Amino acid sequence: MLNKYFKRSIVLFLSLLFLSNPLYAGLKVFACEPEWASLANELGGEHLDIYTATTNQQDPHHIQARPSLVAKARQADLLVCTGAELEVGWLPLLLRKSGNPNIQAGQVGYFIATDHVSLLDQPVALDRSLGDVHAAGNPHVHLDPVRLQKIANKLSHTLTKLDPANSSDYEKKLELFTQNWQSMILQWTELTQPLKGKPIVVHHKNWIYLQQWLGLNQVAVLEPKPGIPPTSSHLSSLILGLEKSPAQVIVYANYQNNKAASWLSKKTGIPTLELAFSPAKDETLTHWFDQLLNQLLTLQE
Amino acid sequence: MRTTLLAASVALALSYSHPVLAANDFNSLKEQLDQLKLNYEQRIQALESRLKAAENNATHAKTKVKQIEETVKESSAPKIALKTQNSFNPAISLILDGRYASFSNKPGEYELPGFALGGESGLGEEGISLGHTEIVASANIDDKFYGQATIALHDHEGSTEIELEEAFIQTLGLGNGVTVKAGRFLSAMGYLNEQHEHAWDFADAPLIYRGLFGNQLLDDGIQINYIAPTDTFLQLGAEAFKGSSFPAGGESGNVGAWTVFANIGGDIGIEHSWLLGLNHWQANDIDGRTSGGHQHEGEEEAETPSFTGKSKINSLDFVYKWAPNGNPSQQNFKFQFEYFDRREDGVITMLNSDPLEATSYDGHQNGWYTQAVHQFKPQWRVGLRYDRLDSSNSGADADILEEAGLDNEGHTPKRYSAMVEWLPSEFSRIRLQFNRDQSYENTDNQLFLQYTHSLGSHGSHQY
Repeated sequence: MLNKYFKRSIVLFLSLLFLSNPLYAGLKVFACEPEWASLANELGGEHLDIYTATTNQQDPHHIQARPSLVAKARQADLLVCTGAELEVGWLPLLLRKSGNPNIQAGQVGYFIATDHVSLLDQPVALDRSLGDVHAAGNPHVHLDPVRLQKIANKLSHTLTKLDPANSSDYEKKLELFTQNWQSMILQWTELTQPLKGKPIVVHHKNWIYLQQWLGLNQVAVLEPKPGIPPTSSHLSSLILGLEKSPAQVIVYANYQNNKAASWLSKKTGIPTLELAFSPAKDETLTHWFDQLLNQLLTLQE
Repeated sequence: MRTTLLAASVALALSYSHPVLAANDFNSLKEQLDQLKLNYEQRIQALESRLKAAENNATHAKTKVKQIEETVKESSAPKIALKTQNSFNPAISLILDGRYASFSNKPGEYELPGFALGGESGLGEEGISLGHTEIVASANIDDKFYGQATIALHDHEGSTEIELEEAFIQTLGLGNGVTVKAGRFLSAMGYLNEQHEHAWDFADAPLIYRGLFGNQLLDDGIQINYIAPTDTFLQLGAEAFKGSSFPAGGESGNVGAWTVFANIGGDIGIEHSWLLGLNHWQANDIDGRTSGGHQHEGEEEAETPSFTGKSKINSLDFVYKWAPNGNPSQQNFKFQFEYFDRREDGVITMLNSDPLEATSYDGHQNGWYTQAVHQFKPQWRVGLRYDRLDSSNSGADADILEEAGLDNEGHTPKRYSAMVEWLPSEFSRIRLQFNRDQSYENTDNQLFLQYTHSLGSHGSHQY
């Protein structure tokens, strides 16, 4: 009797769970970072049902394989992630736990952005005494609009492969994105001419693609080694160098602690600048990048 | 302009119709025409220079496009893959663990009244010692399977022992959320159990894990596990084990022990996440499970209690985590609670006793622990833990139960623990832990200073 009741309640519970999950006809996309969600949205729009695993307030390197992420990975048709070991602490676990064949390595639905562009900062020596180095190179490619275009082309191609019925629409969307993005690149190049060669200090070496594209000159890093929080002795050692050749600004990502940057700013008089490392929820790539460059440019005035 | 033209044509017409017009008029007409010519030439020149400027602009734009194209080309150049034999080697990591331990009581006197201790459930060595040195090798075997082996080396009574902790294969994306695992692995029974010892937040296992499993439940068998296609995490699974090692025992030649488990979890907003689990473990035909008894001083040969019968464990676990903005790298908090309840029914025999002593046994043991850990700075964590056990075992012969360590002597074991950790990087940890251990009547103050460092590939961490 009790057993019967128990079974019934389990059935009821399960059906409630399934009901709470509306059936969606679109391609289910699991984007590890917000930039890939934005890009997928531009390229797929209404054909996609996009879930973003992280916000731009979170350090994508230190995410935990939370139950909710496993549940989402279980249902995904397409995984869009940065790769180059950025998600090494959680993505492999999600893939193994998901039991989802669509998004396993090697499948069409396993889209890794850094597989499609060349990476900067490939380490000469792999030694952890050099900090948390990424063997494949620096993973933060989304900060280079030219590389982003390249990734967009490939991602659009992947969408076509997964959903051939809407291929003409994906082509149209890619064309539209490309037109807009290319004209923005020209505009941004023109606009950011005054930034060329400007010396900057960064919290972590995660801006190098932007630096290279804008021709910024990174003169110091707050972290003594990649992934090691700034120490007071390291910061003190930076002061001397910055007194000799001052930098324009101390840049840190919005998910990083601003204590070290503020401390150094107080000692040296160099202003700090918090930049959104990725687009916010529902923000377009163009808007985010525009904001980013404008913030950098305001320092010029 | 138009007026000039008009004037000129009117003048021409007039001059034809009136050939007698004066030379005077003709001159002025010529002057006007010259003026007209000059005017046109200037306009053409202006146009030409504008065209030239436009052409220059076009070439400029073209070079720019070319530059962009080149950068794109550069970025699309294939990456140079490392084409060495080593690139297909599995991910290997090595865990180094060492400690200094200080106990106010003699560690050899340790007991947990009401619980028959087995496995590695002692306190460990006093003074300086090495913990488990673990070598973990893992990789995708092909597109269908993943494999992992964990080999632990540790010192036991002066010699180094090798223990194969894990050696399993696991399906990769079998489909429909199903994953099958086979080999030797850590059971999914309980939250902490699936985590490696080096990933624990304290230097020692919770008392209930020590009492029921001999620290950790691992066995040879097969696990099937299903994840529902829902946004709320729902996992259902079952395991079938050989069941020949503690806390089961004997050679059944079949499935000696089995488990079923269910986990449900999710996020609340962006900052909170949780996981709730229910588990059941059962072994129906345990045959001769031995454990350490309650040894009396002066006894020459230790009489070893041996259990034959049926054993069932039910458990509940709950984990809650918080991180500001869901970004755990700066600050995070974790709360964890687990409860276990074991019922056993069978016979206890004291091996090596003469005459052979035996009693019927009806065991009921339970216990729980709760702990909270706060990472208040990227490199610092503090934690508190409280353990509590209880038991009410009965049998025909109370003396034999007492000898077997199954009499709780009217004592409810408890323990208070506090720890602080320094994490120089993701790969290293130094921990200082203090326990006020009331496992048995004499309260023991325990101090651990421990390092746990990992070398090699960057592993993933369980939730």
